[in-house]
Amino acid sequence: MTHDPRFLFALRLADDALILGHRLSEWIGVAPQLEEELALANIALDLIGQARMLYAHAGEIEGKGRDEDALAYLRDVPDWQNVLLVEQPNGDFARTIVRQLIYSAFMAPLWRGLKASADPTIAAVAAKAEKEVAYHVRHAGEWLIRLGDGTDESHARAAEAVEELWPYGGELFEVDEAGRTLIAAGIAMDPESVRAEWNTTMDMVLAQATLARPADGWHQSGGRKGRHSEHLGHLLADMQFLQRAYPGATW
Amino acid sequence: MYTQALNAKDAADGGAEDADRMARFQARIDAEERIEPNDWMPEAYRRTLVRQISQHAHSEIVGMLPEGNWVTRAPSLRRKAALIAKVQDEGGHGLYLYSAAETLGVAREELVDQLLSGKAKYSSIFNYPTLSWADIGAIGWLVDGAAIMNQIPLCRCSYGPYARAMIKVCKEESFHQRQGFEIMNTLAKGSPAQKAMAQDALNRWWWPSVMMFGPPDSASQHSDTSMRWKIKRFTNDELRQQFIDATVPQAHYMGLEIPDPALKHDAESGHWTIGEIDWTEFKAVIAGNGPCNRQRLRQRREAHESGAWVREAALAHAEKRRRRAAAAVTAAAAE
Ligand SMILES: [Fe+2]
Ligand SMILES: [Fe+2]
Repeated sequence: MTHDPRFLFALRLADDALILGHRLSEWIGVAPQLEEELALANIALDLIGQARMLYAHAGEIEGKGRDEDALAYLRDVPDWQNVLLVEQPNGDFARTIVRQLIYSAFMAPLWRGLKASADPTIAAVAAKAEKEVAYHVRHAGEWLIRLGDGTDESHARAAEAVEELWPYGGELFEVDEAGRTLIAAGIAMDPESVRAEWNTTMDMVLAQATLARPADGWHQSGGRKGRHSEHLGHLLADMQFLQRAYPGATW
Repeated sequence: MYTQALNAKDAADGGAEDADRMARFQARIDAEERIEPNDWMPEAYRRTLVRQISQHAHSEIVGMLPEGNWVTRAPSLRRKAALIAKVQDEGGHGLYLYSAAETLGVAREELVDQLLSGKAKYSSIFNYPTLSWADIGAIGWLVDGAAIMNQIPLCRCSYGPYARAMIKVCKEESFHQRQGFEIMNTLAKGSPAQKAMAQDALNRWWWPSVMMFGPPDSASQHSDTSMRWKIKRFTNDELRQQFIDATVPQAHYMGLEIPDPALKHDAESGHWTIGEIDWTEFKAVIAGNGPCNRQRLRQRREAHESGAWVREAALAHAEKRRRRAAAAVTAAAAE
């Protein structure tokens, strides 16, 4: 099935945001402290809000009558286009924070650039998301510094989380044919253009956290083509349960 | 939300406190003045408030669990966002209330320890399970609805910090109640399966909600003192009746049936009267033998324990920063 590149672009941004927002919402009731539980819920709400605007836009571009819920609740694993990073399980708090930092440090400059997108809806989402994601970077960065430069245990956990999740960062920078078309049209941004800032953010936080930066090179990949980790199916089974069990119902 | 009239053991202080100050204190209360943290207050007043406010705070926090149970399964993105926001509001209520309790000279850690050790109570409504999506509607509509009945008078509570916290909280609770009603109404007007889901939720949540107002006035030991101190302004039965009168017509509007064959409208008084409340169930749940008491406490404890290393890291890091800053100041002074 071939899609309008503009549809794919909005869908990918939406899928990343929703899956990560969903993961963060899994912390409700089990977070390490109340203030942090509320902060994670806040970030989840920002991301789900971004996803909703982007799904609505994708649905309009597609023109087949799919709304945000049709896109979120009625697609199976191979139709999801999110990067593998965001579907990785929460793990311990260090993993959640590292996952968040890798993603947010990439998205902050990306959204800033997309404010100038030739697609006015993307530009409008970017204007809102930029401010939100700037806070997400600060939040995750401050936590990673606390964990890395905290106790022996927190340092060990943070180091392990960085080691474990680093190979998932590379996929954020991949561009396929659809992406290249949109970059040329001024709708999307070349991810290479944000690499320097991503590097700076990561290096700065890792240094303050007294954590080593793993070597780049090989990275995990596949989500943008619908080839996911085993985790996504479980997440969707949970998230989509009611829509699947009661087809066509209004909630 | 969710104060519950639990039995307070303290009676008014005896002769230990100065009768004069006591009289002045009561005169201020009678004149509808607010008591503030630095004002003199009888020890029993302080104790009653600490207990009530902390139980209220614990209820907000434990109350996040049954609703949190449906966050990942909410049936639409709009519902998902609204549910996350609601659960987040409840956590915020917990925070204001812990702060209000702290103005009375107890630390939040101490109160949380009392919750985790099982020593402190919280509203027993949260010891019931959320088995379907309709339960999220029922909790908003009935449980937040009952909480509002309890809390609106608390906005005029004699203790200033509590009253002010309640004003903020009440606004959000009434939003939650409308949102819950809207979920229920959507289900009630939906497919037969959805309507059945809504009715089943009402069947399970009705009586526990009615019990949220606490034991009947005839069995309530502490109302007199709390009323005299204007911590409480209406009796349990008065508040319960207000809730029933407000809620029964809403159920009928949605085409749902209140699970009480004895329910009837008394044309003379204008009130709805309900059948016998099963107080043995209420007592059993309060005593720890409800469907989810152990599960709820275990989840709170596990979250607390498994998050200990994070809290320790934050403290250790803050201490390192403090020492580095101090060392920098010393070094600068030495130059
Ligand atoms: Fe509340
Ligand atoms: Fe509420």
